[in-house]
Amino acid sequence: MRAVRSGLAALALAAFAAAPPPAQAEGDPARGETLFRPCAACHMIGEDAVHRVGPHLNGLIGRAIGLAAGYEFSETLAAAGAEGALWSEATLDRFLAGPREYFPGTRMVFRGIRSDDDRAHLIAYIAQTGGVAEAQTAGQGTAPDPEVASIVALEGDVAYGAYLSSECTACHSASGGEDIPAIRGLAPSVFVTGIVAYRNGTREHQVMNTVTRRLGDEEIAALAAYFASAE
Amino acid sequence: MFINRRAFLGTTAALTATLASPTITRAQSRPHVVVVGGGAGGATAARYIARDGAGAVDVTLVEPQRIYHTCFFGNLYIGGFYDYDDLGHGYGALASDYAINVVHDWATGVDREAQTVTLAGGATLPYDRLVLSPGIDFVEESVPGWSVAHQGRMPHAYKGGTQVELLRAQIAAMPEGGTYAMVAPPNPYRCPPGPYERISMVAHYLRENNPTAKILIADPKESYSKQGLFEDGWERHYPGMITRIGPDMGGNAIEVDPEAMTLTIDGVVENVDVCNVIPGQRAGQIAFAAGITDGNWAPVSAYDMSSRIDPNIHVLGDSAAQGAMPKSGFSANSQAKVAANAILAALTDARAFPARYANTCWSLIDTEDGVKVGATYEASDEGIVSVDSFISQVDEDAETRAATYRESLDWYEAITTDMFV
Repeated sequence: MRAVRSGLAALALAAFAAAPPPAQAEGDPARGETLFRPCAACHMIGEDAVHRVGPHLNGLIGRAIGLAAGYEFSETLAAAGAEGALWSEATLDRFLAGPREYFPGTRMVFRGIRSDDDRAHLIAYIAQTGGVAEAQTAGQGTAPDPEVASIVALEGDVAYGAYLSSECTACHSASGGEDIPAIRGLAPSVFVTGIVAYRNGTREHQVMNTVTRRLGDEEIAALAAYFASAE
Repeated sequence: MFINRRAFLGTTAALTATLASPTITRAQSRPHVVVVGGGAGGATAARYIARDGAGAVDVTLVEPQRIYHTCFFGNLYIGGFYDYDDLGHGYGALASDYAINVVHDWATGVDREAQTVTLAGGATLPYDRLVLSPGIDFVEESVPGWSVAHQGRMPHAYKGGTQVELLRAQIAAMPEGGTYAMVAPPNPYRCPPGPYERISMVAHYLRENNPTAKILIADPKESYSKQGLFEDGWERHYPGMITRIGPDMGGNAIEVDPEAMTLTIDGVVENVDVCNVIPGQRAGQIAFAAGITDGNWAPVSAYDMSSRIDPNIHVLGDSAAQGAMPKSGFSANSQAKVAANAILAALTDARAFPARYANTCWSLIDTEDGVKVGATYEASDEGIVSVDSFISQVDEDAETRAATYRESLDWYEAITTDMFV
């Protein structure tokens, strides 16, 4: 278990080394508490918190995405978690900026928070009140794919990624469709896990399997870096 | 979007001023790209060059139509699965958000020595690089008895817009138990599965509205794209409705009479109610006017879609002889991105990346029964070559077919956004 945990931590760190630093101001948990009020309609946090309409948020930071025991997540979040993606301050920041853009298919009915500062306050509150993840919730024994980790660790060439991305945008619109999701703004760890699963054939889709089979690791890293940076 | 409002307004004012004079003079220092044809190839190329050039390149797009109706998804309109108005796209965003100089006129000539394009309205546009993406024109006398003058009675409906509306109206007006005939085109032609998706959509319409009607196809080709998938689908959805006469039975020896509304196949005269003549095809006229064709098409380098006859001219989409890619909107869109990168690398300090192409063609056979074929491609000295490919399987379950159809709807939104928004 210990090895798994440190592996996941390494993945989470590597995932955001390649991305441009997210605009994260120093959050004020007290202000975050006020901002949390609308969230509390669905999410509990702190002592005795349980799942309600949304999952409880205790130990959210460091928890595998979409894998809190006893809550049924959307396929999108569950798939991301099953593939080793974690909630970190950075992923949470991107998610809260535009939940449906970040995780198309999320069931969370929330438009997002535009203000960088407000997101930082809210995340500071969630981290302080909910604490960090306990070992057993992180990944539920799913080891990070070493292939994914090695690609995430590469420094992606953003300009090359921008060029390569033009092949994606023939089908993936910026806003996403009902069946073809948006991929702009995806965290590198999420993007790379998805692409590698298509390339390996563990996730099946004729078009995606064919277009990913010819992508080298450098190209996937370039695409991940570009999509993470794309507005 | 990618330029600020003030810069955009300034550019437009300058262009308006120059447009007033008969000859549009070259902007002082910025290189000029002229794109002829505002479809999947041309609109995409103009948008990518303007966007990624970020003001370093002047882009002029010449397209006669103010509203462009995509040819792709036209069959879905015929089947009743898509609204006609949703096939139409304007050029407003390309002009306002990307500062592309959109000129609604016909390009009639290219002076390759002077590097200028002449428009029917009289203007002359100078270029450093020219992109020709004019789609298809028809080979004269390809179908005995038919010429473009007859397209009102016997529509081709193989360019988007009015012709597709006309064909749908003719099908709707067919007498009970009447006959829709198609003269299928010889290879190579735009959208290889297109005629057979059309048959599927006509069959769908007739099954719902005129179930005793018949469909007759005269086909000069022995085989065609997705043939197994279409034949399986026709058997399941439209049993007994569709008859295809291949070249072994005289499908290549036909004649039409638009006045009498007859189709003669190997000497046997058939009276038909609708005759959808899809003639043999060639590059758009401007490619011939530019003198960059060899036979019916314009040969290009697979590395950057530049003409093998004049490297300052890039030819995209249907008009290009490029190798293994099918002539499709998806292919044209893919080729446009390679050409845009090469043009920006040649004219600015942008980096050049290796050519890579992809194509997927979706076809709808009946409600929620979609199929697809596609491939990835790369450049070689001989032309574009296929790297890898896929095709839908005959024994797929209903959910897979429904998902394929839904996916095609998202693709349509995405690619038209990639072209126009």
